[in-house]
Amino acid sequence: MKLTLKVWRQKNSKAKGELESYQVEASEHMSFLEMMDVLNEQLIVEKKSPIAFDHDCREGICGSCSMTINGSPHGPQSGTTTCQLHMRKFKDGDTIVVEPWRSSVFPVIKDLTVDRGAFDRIIQSGGYISVNTGQAPDGNAIPIEKDLASNAFDAAACIGCGACVAACPNGSAMLFTAAKVSHLNQLPQGKVEQTRRTASMVAQMDKEGFGMCSNVGACEAECPKEISIEHIARMNREYVASIFGGRKS
Amino acid sequence: MNLDSKIPAGALGDKWTDYKATMPLVAPNNKRRLDVIVIGTGLAGASAAATMGELGYNVKAFTFHDSPRRAHSIAAQGGINAAKNYQNDGDSVYRLFYDTIKGGDYRSREANVHRLAEVSADIIDQCVAQGVPFAREYGGLLENRSFGGVQVSRTFYARGQTGQQLLIGAYSALSRQISTGKVTMYNRHEMMDLVMVDGKARGIIARNLLTGELERHSAHCVVLATGGYGNVFYLSTNAMGSNVTAAWRAVKKGALMANPCFTQIHPTCIPVSGDYQSKLTLMSESLRNDGRVWVPKKKEDAVAIREGKKTALDIAEGDRDYYLERRYPAFGNLVPRDVASRAAKVACDQGNGVAPTGLAVFLDFASAIQRYGKSAAHSQGLDESDQALIKKLGEQVVEEKYGNLFEMYEKISGENPYKFPMKIYPAVHYTMGGLWVDYNLQTNVEGLFALGECNFSDHGANRLGASALMQGLADGYFVIPYTIGTFLSKEIRTPEIANDSPEFIKAEKETADRINRLANSNGSQSVESFHRRLGKIMWEYCGMSRNADGLTKGRKMVRELRDEFYKDVFVPGDADEYNPELEKALRVADFMEHGELMILDALDRAESCGGHFREEYVTEDGEAKRNDADFTYVSAWEWDDNDPKLHKEELVFDNVELKTRSYK
Repeated sequence: MKLTLKVWRQKNSKAKGELESYQVEASEHMSFLEMMDVLNEQLIVEKKSPIAFDHDCREGICGSCSMTINGSPHGPQSGTTTCQLHMRKFKDGDTIVVEPWRSSVFPVIKDLTVDRGAFDRIIQSGGYISVNTGQAPDGNAIPIEKDLASNAFDAAACIGCGACVAACPNGSAMLFTAAKVSHLNQLPQGKVEQTRRTASMVAQMDKEGFGMCSNVGACEAECPKEISIEHIARMNREYVASIFGGRKS
Repeated sequence: MNLDSKIPAGALGDKWTDYKATMPLVAPNNKRRLDVIVIGTGLAGASAAATMGELGYNVKAFTFHDSPRRAHSIAAQGGINAAKNYQNDGDSVYRLFYDTIKGGDYRSREANVHRLAEVSADIIDQCVAQGVPFAREYGGLLENRSFGGVQVSRTFYARGQTGQQLLIGAYSALSRQISTGKVTMYNRHEMMDLVMVDGKARGIIARNLLTGELERHSAHCVVLATGGYGNVFYLSTNAMGSNVTAAWRAVKKGALMANPCFTQIHPTCIPVSGDYQSKLTLMSESLRNDGRVWVPKKKEDAVAIREGKKTALDIAEGDRDYYLERRYPAFGNLVPRDVASRAAKVACDQGNGVAPTGLAVFLDFASAIQRYGKSAAHSQGLDESDQALIKKLGEQVVEEKYGNLFEMYEKISGENPYKFPMKIYPAVHYTMGGLWVDYNLQTNVEGLFALGECNFSDHGANRLGASALMQGLADGYFVIPYTIGTFLSKEIRTPEIANDSPEFIKAEKETADRINRLANSNGSQSVESFHRRLGKIMWEYCGMSRNADGLTKGRKMVRELRDEFYKDVFVPGDADEYNPELEKALRVADFMEHGELMILDALDRAESCGGHFREEYVTEDGEAKRNDADFTYVSAWEWDDNDPKLHKEELVFDNVELKTRSYK
C-alpha cells in the first residue's frame, strides 16, 4: 500500500516544529512502528535525519509509544497502543497525520518524542504502599475477594503512556492519577495510607500544571488499556473525604 | 585466574541461613556514607535500588528509558514461581531447587539455585504487601498455575501481565525511595563505560541521552542489572532497546562473561511474517497449560495449509500429530522450553510446518474449550449435549484466563484464535549466560556486582518458565542487600570517591573517542541493516542448533561484518544531541564482539545441553546428549580481540545426582 505521511518534525524542545510530508510503501501486515522504521530507513539512505519517536517493547505494555495518529492518541483502533496498531487498519492511498502527544506538560524533546517526567513525579508523591523489603506478612494472610482483586487489576493495568492527557481537551491527568489511587486504595494493604496518598497525588498532579477534569470521557475512550473513568469517580470521593476528614470509602 | 565461587560451607539447606547470620554488616551510620550505583531499573535493578535505599545506602540509579517503569521486565506475561506449596501438591523448597537444576540440564550452581528457591516464598509476600494484584480464588487466597518442566502448580500470576504488575510494584518501591532522597534517579542516561580505580569498580561514564553530554559518576561500588543480550539475534522477544553494552563494557574492563552460548529459544512466539519485521512477540507459556501443539501427519496436508487451500479445521483428528504428547507422555505439552522448541523445529524441518514460510506449528485450544465448556455447563445445570452452548461457555473460560493474549494474537496476526488454532514458532527469548558472579553476586572485578538476567548463575543451560521474574526479584530484594555488605564492610573508611581522578578523566576521553568515531562515520549503510545481518548470522549458525563447521564459518562472518560496520556505517546527526541512531550504533558495535564470543563458547562446548544443541552430539532418538565427564563446568571468558581466553569453574554436585534429563 502507498501512503502519504505528514509527520511533526521539531529539532529540539526550543525549535519551532512543522508537519513534513513523506511517501511510504508499506505492507498491511506491518505494525505502525514498522512502517515508521521503513520510512526512517529511507531517510537514512538519503542521509536525512530520521524521525525520532519513543518505542521499546513493541507489544503494547511498556507505554513508550506517544504518537497522535490522525488526531487520536495511538490511532484509530480502540484499546490498542501504536506499536500494536497494524497497517491493515489503513487503506492504500491514505494520508496519515502523525504528531506527538498534545500537552504542554509533556514538552516535545524531538519530533515525536516527549518528556513525561510529570507522571513519575506523581507516582513519587504517593503512588506506593509504604512497606520496606522484608516486612511483609504471608501472602495468604490477607484474603482478597476475587472481584476486588480483579477491579484493582483493571486500574493497575495502566501503562503510563499519557494518552489520557493527550486525548483530554483540558489536558487533565485525572485518569492516570485515579488509576493508581484506585488500584492501591481498593486493596486492604493500601487502605492504611489512602487519605494521605489521595491528597498528595492530587496536589502533585495540580502542581505539574495538568488541566481540570470536566467529565468529557475522552481519556477512557482513547486509553489503550481501556481504563474506566469510574476510577476518577472513586478518586473524587476519596479526595473529598481526604479534605473533610470524613468517612473513608 | 582463580575463579572462587565463595560458596559457604555447610549443608545445602543451611548455607544461606548460616551465611546471613555470620556475614559482615555495615552499621546504619556507615551506610549513610557509602554510595552505590545501580544500572538498570527492571525487576532486579529497581528492587535492588529500592531495598538498598531503604537500608540507608546512597543510591544512584540509571536507566536509558524515559522512566524506570519501562524496563523490559514489564513484558513478562505468564508468572512467577515460588515454593509456597499453597496447592498442597507436594511442592517444597527442595523440589523447586531440584526442578531448576534439572531444567537447567545440570549446568548451574547448586548453592545459588537453592538460595533462589529459599527466598522465592518471601518474594510473593513482599509483592502482595506492595499491592500487586495477583490472581485470587473465590475464597480470596492466591491462585496458582503450572509451567513447563514441573509437575506441581507453583506459578503465581496477574492475568497475562505478571511482569508488568511486579515491575510496577518494584517501581513504586523505588519511587518511594526517590521521594525520600535516598535514591537519585537518572532517566535517559546510558552507561558507556565502567571506571576502575586501584582494581576496584568505582564508577561509570554515563551519556545523557537528551544532550549527548558525558557525565562522570563515582561510587564505592557498581551494580549492573541490565538484562540479557537476546537482541544480538536482532529478531527476539526482547524490547528494541535491550542490549549488552553495560555488561560488555564491564567485560572490556576485565569482568568475565560466563556461558554466553546458553540462549533460550522460546517455543511459543508469533512466527516471522516478513523482512520488515522488527521484533517477535511471545505468546505466554501459560497457554501450554491448555493449548495442544500439533502439525498435520501428512505432508500434503501441511502443503495445502501453507498454500491456503486448507485450514487447520479441515484436518481430521486422526491426521494430526500431537508430537509433544506422543514423544513426551509424562510432561506432554508442558515439557521445558528447549525441548518444545527443538521438537517444533524437527516437525518443520521434516516438512510438516504450517505457515506460508513453513515455519510454524499449531497451538490448539479446541479441546480446552470443550473441557471447560462441559464443566461449566455441568456446574450450572445446563444441557451438556448442546455443542453451541458448550463452545460458548468454554470460550468464556478461556477468555477469562488468556483473553489479553488472544487479543494480542489477533491484532498481530489478523486471525481469530478462538476459531482457528494459533500458529506459533520458537524465537529467541532469554539468555542464561551472563557476567560471571560468585555466591555474593560479585563479578571477578572487585566492587562490581551483577543481578538478574545479566548474570549467569541460576538457570544453567535452560531456564524454566516463570523463573526469570523470580530470579530478578530474589537478587534485588533478598540477596544483594545482604551480600553487598561483604564488600562494603571493608570500605567504611574509604571517603567519597572523587570523580575527577585520572582514571575518570581517561575513561571519559576514551568514551568520547569511541562515540565520535561512530558519530563521524559517513558510510552508506544504516545501523539497522548491520544489526539485521548480524542477527541472521547468529540465528543461522549459533541459533536453535549448532555445529562446528557452521560456528567456525559464523565467527568469520561476524568478524568481516564488524570490519564492514566500522568502514561503512552511516550514523546521522551529531554526538552532542538526542540521537537514537547513535545510541543504536554504539549498542550494535558491542553486540558484534559479544556475538563472536557466543560463537566461540558454542564451539568450545562440544556437547548438547539445555538450549545449546550441537548437531554432532545427539542420542539415537534425537535428544540432546550431554557430556558430564568433560563439560561439567562454567565457561568464563576473558575478552581479547584476537584470542579470548577461557577460564573454567568446575561445577560440583554434592546433592543432586547427574542424570540424563528425561521428560518422557
